[in-house]
Amino acid sequence: MRSPHRTTLPPSTGTRRTSLVRDSSLVWLASGVVGVSFGAVSVAGGLPVWVPVLMSLVVYAGSAQFSAVGVLLAGGGPLAAAATGLLLNTRTAAFSLAVADLLGPGRATRLLGAHLVTDETVAFALAQPDPARRRAAFWISGLGLFAVWNAGVVIGALAGTALGDTSRYGLDAAFPAVLVALVLPSLRKDAGVRRSALLGAAIALAVTPAVPAGIPVLLALLGLFAHPGVRR
Amino acid sequence: MNATVVMILVLSLGTYAFRLVGPALHGRVEIPARVQELASAGAVVLLVALLATGALTENGGFAGWARPAGVLVGGVLAWRKAPFVVVVVGAAAVTAALRAVGIG
Repeated sequence: MRSPHRTTLPPSTGTRRTSLVRDSSLVWLASGVVGVSFGAVSVAGGLPVWVPVLMSLVVYAGSAQFSAVGVLLAGGGPLAAAATGLLLNTRTAAFSLAVADLLGPGRATRLLGAHLVTDETVAFALAQPDPARRRAAFWISGLGLFAVWNAGVVIGALAGTALGDTSRYGLDAAFPAVLVALVLPSLRKDAGVRRSALLGAAIALAVTPAVPAGIPVLLALLGLFAHPGVRR
Repeated sequence: MNATVVMILVLSLGTYAFRLVGPALHGRVEIPARVQELASAGAVVLLVALLATGALTENGGFAGWARPAGVLVGGVLAWRKAPFVVVVVGAAAVTAALRAVGIG
């Protein structure tokens, strides 16, 4: 992410934190609305209120939750629902490796931080220029997102479909755009990463019509064969 | 315990186990610099694949024109170094506007 500070003076910790909160808050807002729609969709489909609420607290992974509930509501059964969600979440293992050094030092913070590993928070943390800022970004984004996501799900589950069809707000475009903004600096800076990412995205798109959800993104990791770190 | 509770428990424990891979290995196993470098590159590869499939596909098919158009505008804004808020709100606004005029 670009720093809003254009001068060469290092920003103070306070300003730094303010800018992280400001940029995070957009992701929080969008996630909160998606959380509302998750709660609403689940309850409208016939699940009791506690199912989306409990799921959001203990699973805490938007795409896996939507898929698992989708399978349940389509009559696919709990086993298929769990398997679909787990398949989608395998990528969090790779993400947790990438942010492992931000979670410590204590055992308790590591155990808590692990639960906060999501696409958005990892992207937000890795986009920061230095370790101190990466750590702050991880915790600010992670804790805020957890709070907002769960609050949104409770509201959606209780208030139902008051928001109407959320697709008309264009939020489904906001998430890919957030990721574009966050990965662009790494793509600009490093040709090896750029080649790997483009190859990976092409693989993922090519196989999407043919394989179950969750698999395309995993196959994208084959793009790493275009990375000099693999070939040397 | 009913089947839905078991499903939620299995999904949450499995997900948490995935999330523990990084912290569990960190500091216990000496992770070579090359692996660390590849883990960071792998995270970017995953994120780009997520944004590409998220922008273009829905349930294994094409997502329609409104969403990729919005993401494209967001990408151009990000490339031109627009502030984060402009990128995100711009993308959503373009998609919402296209839908409002009947373009999926």
